[in-house]
Amino acid sequence: MKVELEADKCVASGQCVVAAMDVFDQDDDGIAILLTEQVGDDQIDDVKEAVAVCPAAAIRLVGA
Amino acid sequence: MRRIAVVGASAAGLSAAETLRREGYDGTITLVGEEPEPPYDRPPLSKQVLAAEWERDRLALRTSADLAALDLDLRLGVEATGLELVSRTVELGDGSEVPYDGLIIATGVRPRRLPGEGAHVLRTLDDALMLRERLSAGRRLVVVGAGFLGAEAAAVARRLGAEVTVLEPAAVPLAHAVGTEVGRMLAQVHVDRGVGLRCGVTVTEVTEDGVRLSGGEEIEADEVLVAIGSLPNTEWLEGSGLTVGDGLVCDQYCEAAKNVYAAGDVARWYNPLFSTSMRIEHRTNAAEQGMAAARNLLGAEGARKPFAPVPYFWSDQYDMKIQAYGFLRGHDEVAVVEGDLAQRRFVAGYRTGDRVSGALAVGMPPKAIRRWRQAIATGAAWHATVPTGVPAADV
Repeated sequence: MKVELEADKCVASGQCVVAAMDVFDQDDDGIAILLTEQVGDDQIDDVKEAVAVCPAAAIRLVGA
Repeated sequence: MRRIAVVGASAAGLSAAETLRREGYDGTITLVGEEPEPPYDRPPLSKQVLAAEWERDRLALRTSADLAALDLDLRLGVEATGLELVSRTVELGDGSEVPYDGLIIATGVRPRRLPGEGAHVLRTLDDALMLRERLSAGRRLVVVGAGFLGAEAAAVARRLGAEVTVLEPAAVPLAHAVGTEVGRMLAQVHVDRGVGLRCGVTVTEVTEDGVRLSGGEEIEADEVLVAIGSLPNTEWLEGSGLTVGDGLVCDQYCEAAKNVYAAGDVARWYNPLFSTSMRIEHRTNAAEQGMAAARNLLGAEGARKPFAPVPYFWSDQYDMKIQAYGFLRGHDEVAVVEGDLAQRRFVAGYRTGDRVSGALAVGMPPKAIRRWRQAIATGAAWHATVPTGVPAADV
């Protein structure tokens, strides 16, 4: 599956990094960065958690 | 379990509904929301929406396609009015009833108000749009309450050129939450931007021309925003047998009664990480607790997990970003552990007993505070974490 990040919505909470640190990082301003767009099956649950806890609703998981 | 009702359709309720599906539950989910809007995000209301930077369509927490995929029995624009635990039925304001096998209560909070009419509050999209229409250069805004919501609104109003006066009953804004020195520093930022800040004053009434203070003095305003905290929406639970006391009281699993769970602003649960009961009105907590409540509702007795998060909140005021982890209230000591209060770039650590209970950062890169989150999550001892020689800022 593919992760989409709307960086201009990001409020720099870092919750995505806590949930899925292989997929997300933060720049020096705290804005989320995608380390990878394509996530493997073993990462999907972590990314779903990141989607759920993102306070800005800035992350989406798309594709089947 | 074939029928689950989720009452409350904001961040916590939506997160609960999504988690139920994610965990494989394929029965009926009835999601009840008092507001007519599909689930939307509230933190931008006092920031981007009030500043007219974001329009309403940008607040939606999920696209209509995402919502449709959840296959919800969605009841919007109707409030829950009663709960019958024995017959397992939620009563709605339109006279209908929702039978359930499992229930998640996420009815949130509403703003506290003051006597008198005509004041704004800031909780819903309509509230924010109404206030934003009335703010412009030269308009006089009085904000009652210098908490984070009031401070964010004051910051936006100043940027729009309004004349802003903030009235606060405490001697130092936010001192009970963040400590005296950090509270004083956060307040000074507003004073530097031209906000008229008056502390130690009690507003008793909203009048036609502004507000009246307890001593009788009147302060004129074109608009008044009351931001003095909120009240949990628990009235509809009266007579249900559930325990209510500043929120719906539940245990460490977020369970209030057999197969009845609570999440979000309304939930007062026992957080074992801090060995205390708490009610947290933070956006992140709403999502995390919705997930936890849903998982525990579906989980077998022995498979349930205590909900033991490190609370997190942030606030944007002017160009200043404030972030905090942990449970700062009731702390015994604050110490600036990195940076400098005077430069407005720092991390402050909070000690409760001998453990690191919280951390607050202003203007710092995220990695500077992330390791503090870890210290809080593991209950690290203060004296093993904070370098010796760091002076206490205050208590």
